[in-house]
Amino acid sequence: MAEAVIRVVGLGKSYETAAGLFPALRDVDLCIEAGEFVAIMGPSGSGKSTFMNLLGCLDTPSSGDYFLVGRKVAQLRKDELARLRNRSIGFVFQGFNLLPRMTLADNVALPLVYAGIEREQRRQRARHELARVGLGDYADALPSRISGGQQQRVAIARALINSPQLILADEPTGNLDSHTSEEIMALFTALNREGISIVLVTHEPDIAAYAARQVRFRDGRLVSDLPTPTQVLAAC
Amino acid sequence: MLRAMLGEAWQAMGANRMRSVLTMLGMVIGVGSVVLMMAIGQGAQYAVAQTISSMGSNLYILISGSTSAGGLRSGGGGGPTLTVADAEAIAELDGVSNVAPVQQGTQQLVYGANNWSATVVGTTPPYLDARAWTIVSGYPFGDSDVRAATRVALIGQTAVDNLFGSDDPLGKTIRIRQSPFVIVGVLGKKGQNLDGRDQDDTVIIPLTTAQRKVFGNPFPGSVRLIMVQATSAEAMPAVEKSMTALLRQRHRIREGQDNDFYLRNLAAAADSAAETTRVMSLLLGAIASVSLLVGGIGIMNIMLVSVTERTREIGIRMAIGARQQDILAQFLLEALMISVAGCLIGLFLGIGGALLTNALTDMVIVISGASILVAFGVAAGVGIFFGYYPAHRAAALDPIEALRHQ
Ligand SMILES: Nc1ncnc2c1ncn2[C@@H]1O[C@H](COP(=O)(O)OP(=O)(O)OP(=O)(O)O)[C@@H](O)[C@H]1O
Ligand SMILES: [Mg+2]
Repeated sequence: MAEAVIRVVGLGKSYETAAGLFPALRDVDLCIEAGEFVAIMGPSGSGKSTFMNLLGCLDTPSSGDYFLVGRKVAQLRKDELARLRNRSIGFVFQGFNLLPRMTLADNVALPLVYAGIEREQRRQRARHELARVGLGDYADALPSRISGGQQQRVAIARALINSPQLILADEPTGNLDSHTSEEIMALFTALNREGISIVLVTHEPDIAAYAARQVRFRDGRLVSDLPTPTQVLAAC
Repeated sequence: MLRAMLGEAWQAMGANRMRSVLTMLGMVIGVGSVVLMMAIGQGAQYAVAQTISSMGSNLYILISGSTSAGGLRSGGGGGPTLTVADAEAIAELDGVSNVAPVQQGTQQLVYGANNWSATVVGTTPPYLDARAWTIVSGYPFGDSDVRAATRVALIGQTAVDNLFGSDDPLGKTIRIRQSPFVIVGVLGKKGQNLDGRDQDDTVIIPLTTAQRKVFGNPFPGSVRLIMVQATSAEAMPAVEKSMTALLRQRHRIREGQDNDFYLRNLAAAADSAAETTRVMSLLLGAIASVSLLVGGIGIMNIMLVSVTERTREIGIRMAIGARQQDILAQFLLEALMISVAGCLIGLFLGIGGALLTNALTDMVIVISGASILVAFGVAAGVGIFFGYYPAHRAAALDPIEALRHQ
């Protein structure tokens, strides 16, 4: 069977604080197969974002190992990590994180700049991606001119543009009303059907219900994994 | 890629227009003043070089009298100590190419109703060669004119302009101290000498005529000055030694006694004048460079502020795949763009200022391609040098820290 997209073994992360080392994540084991849709839940401060940042190669763990599609991330150089973030992973943030001075098309095309793609191709692909999230007519608008739900669609288009295997979304609907949230989740569901693996953090059970699998954190530990697919357990 | 980055740098500059313009102003002033100061400095060097070449090369002037603590004092009996015979003896020395005894003074020139006061130089034909003075029309006087004390004159451009206006002076008669002199030649233009005196305000006549008719020398055969030209710069030290020895012997000066003449090395004076202007123009450039430095520090300052302000943007870029070198290049490019734009404006202003100075004053201004290139290169260097540190800071940011930044 195919390589797991994400495999973490004994993963831990401690932050240095004034009161000493604070263990935000402790001894997490998890395996996510290609094409899975996983929701991560848990109370505030339970280490969900810490975990996501490690999965996204934005931060380095204090202990344990992380394999992204079989590659041991700890052994990669900074350039290689940047390349992974560019090609293999698409990020969607709670705060959208679009660059305010750039048009939507330029925002969406930005990962292609760092991938060394030619200008004409960048433009075409950005328009295509915008159309895919239903914003084909807004290519030349600035982020400040559109709604939050639309901004999150643009962020998703940006995450998709390099055709990543994995989308990491940290509370993507946290700033959106329930109707808009449903639209965004419908979009994620459609993407997942196309075969993209999705890991999504949320506080809301009805958002988590879109995912086939729900993982729960508490105090930095993984406390439940439901429904636990037996084949996954067997693979790990 | 580069085009995309240039576009972004341009956008970033435009996003904070006032700040970009103010930052640029430092470079504008820096480059402008460097270009202007270099133009003035090189102009001064050019003017001095021009003057030096107009003086004649490898020249000594022997002056009657001796040097002492009180400066020049006249020797022995009060009359000039140098003689025409001394000049003839010096001419026999090795390494000497031209020797001309000189008697000169300021006199009133009269032509018709026109009056003009000029330097009248009584001398012998080698004087023109020693001073590298050309005749633009007519012909020079010869040795026979000196022997026969003829009343002929060579006239300089300034004197021509003031006495004759647009008339042709050749063959005309002017009066000096009542004596009529026929103009046989017109001297080429020379400009100012090192002391700032107009060398073209001159009339040259035979030495003998000058002494008899104009200056009325009570000591026949003696002269105040002898001009000596060595064959080459290398020959000058030897000529100086042998000339001094010869004159001391001829004047019967005993060991330990002061010379009764003073020897002035015009070549050395020229060298020191050239050195002075060289140092001056270096100094001007150095002072102007300080403002370039200040401009560079201004760029660094603003880039640091910009990096801090845009920390979150940097985090976002890193999260979607920007490598450290991409971030470095982005901020370096912005710094470079500001400094090069400032440099271009500064160049225009500096050149404009130089042309204006040229138009409004009689200063010589030289704008060389080299100085423009230097200013441009330095500005680009300043942009890279002072832009590097902020850009490096940006590139070294931790992705997650940058992303968390509010
Ligand atoms: N940079 C940091 N330095 C120190 N402590 C941190 C840092 N980042 C997070 N923490 C702490 O680690 C713990 C886990 O934080 P994390 O952001 O992962 O929680 P979370 O599950 O995402 O919470 P939320 O639901 O509120 O987003 C928290 O107690 C937090 O205070
Ligand atoms: Mg969080």
